Amino acid sequence: MAEKGSLAVIELVRSIGHRVNSSVQRLGFAARFFVMILVYSGQSFRRLHLTIREIYFSGFQSLLIILVSGLFIGMVLGMQGYETLQRYGSSEALGVLVALSLTRELGPVVSALLFASRAGSSITAEIGLMKATEQLTAMDMMAVNPIARVVAPRFWGGVISMPLLAALFSAIGVFGGYLVGVVLIGVDEGAFWSQMQGSVDFRFDVWNGIVKSFVFGVAVSLIAVFEGYDATPTAEGVSSSIKRTVVYSALAILALDFVLTSFMFRGL
Amino acid sequence: MPADSLVKISDINFAYDDRDILKGINMDIPRGKLVAIMGNSGCGKTTLLRLIGGQLRPTRGTLLVDGESVPDMNHRELYDMRRRMGMLFQFGALFTDISVYDNVAYLMREHTNLPEELIHDMVLMKLNAVGLRGAHHLMPSELSGGMARRVALARAIALDPMLIMYDEPFAGLDPISMGVIGQLIRTLNDALGATTLLVTHDVQEALLIVDYVYFVSDGQIVAQGTPDEIRASSDPFVHQFVFGEADGPVHFHYPAVPFQQELLRGGARG
Repeated sequence: MAEKGSLAVIELVRSIGHRVNSSVQRLGFAARFFVMILVYSGQSFRRLHLTIREIYFSGFQSLLIILVSGLFIGMVLGMQGYETLQRYGSSEALGVLVALSLTRELGPVVSALLFASRAGSSITAEIGLMKATEQLTAMDMMAVNPIARVVAPRFWGGVISMPLLAALFSAIGVFGGYLVGVVLIGVDEGAFWSQMQGSVDFRFDVWNGIVKSFVFGVAVSLIAVFEGYDATPTAEGVSSSIKRTVVYSALAILALDFVLTSFMFRGL
Repeated sequence: MPADSLVKISDINFAYDDRDILKGINMDIPRGKLVAIMGNSGCGKTTLLRLIGGQLRPTRGTLLVDGESVPDMNHRELYDMRRRMGMLFQFGALFTDISVYDNVAYLMREHTNLPEELIHDMVLMKLNAVGLRGAHHLMPSELSGGMARRVALARAIALDPMLIMYDEPFAGLDPISMGVIGQLIRTLNDALGATTLLVTHDVQEALLIVDYVYFVSDGQIVAQGTPDEIRASSDPFVHQFVFGEADGPVHFHYPAVPFQQELLRGGARG
């Protein structure tokens, strides 16, 4: 009995060790993969239409979900913000609240989360299925580098699209806040815009938001292409890679947001 | 076999982790000939193709293609060599997001600066050679298995390679498509002046078209010869393979403890 118990403990320690080992190995492989993408980016940029095509697929085709979500989040912010601010008699500051929440946090973070589930998952699925059907091997055998031809354009397509989507998300969100706050509830329009203009700093708020969304774009795109490229070439393998893309992207976005925010706004 | 070999394999060994896949393979593929590598599934045939294409490196031995050692090539040299090779994958591996036409034009656009009008003529010529000129506008998802294999064949010969490798070109095809592909492989080899390496387990189909056959079993070459020699062979492995017998040197059962012993053990557990 005791022997059985100690065997189980050994088995547990062994499996934990194995998991840690393979995670570290995978992380190393991902880092190496990232360097390879950068090395082969020159080749893929020389044929710009490949990257432009990916900006269309991951950026343009995500526009609808980004704009609709941005509008609703802005409208909710307008409602909740007004409800809280009017208790302190400062409902004119609604514009500031909406704009700062969106440019600093909600714009980059929520649009990145949406981007990961809309475009990230489809990038992983596409690359994973190309691997499963030997298309990547075929390409490599034809002396066409799959990282330069397939991976790098998708990576850069995501990196370029992300800040643009986040900016559009914030812009339409501000409009949503305006619709609810000014048009529906009746907050003074002049105060709404002028306080916003006075309090939102371009470098401190807008620029930091852009930096955040760029970093999220790199993280989500890297996770998506890596998971696709590293997928086990079976139906089950591709499906669990897609799942990992969404989960890891969400965790990476939230963790990076904390780190970036603590660096950017440490003076507060 | 003539001395002038395009591919020369000497004492090649290959292992995945601790599992030996190839054990001391020697092989010569003469220029201009159509050579088949046959053997049961999992005997290391596809591994051999991947070694020749430089996608895997042998653990031991030398492998020369056109006089150059493949395992010693760097990335650039490997890609230079692969441009002179064509490969047909087991299930075609066509690019599913582009049309038949673009699949065949793919390599011409990637590796040459030819004007689009010339590429157009060349693509139609290649598709005509496999009988699918009229299907150039279709997407890969609209093709039958046999047609997809023929498009992949047209793509493999797009840049007139010196060496064409086929990985199980007959797998999953009906007898008519099988005959068509077989004849195409022979005709294209002779018309292009290429050398062809055919990996298959369809003995009857392959014996009709090839010049020489190597039989691989358990990572070793167990028999070789011209199709006539193979048909007349008294070697038990070749006999079992050519006539498709269920049991022989290649066992029907996967290695296991005796059935009686397993049943008794199961009974004791229950």
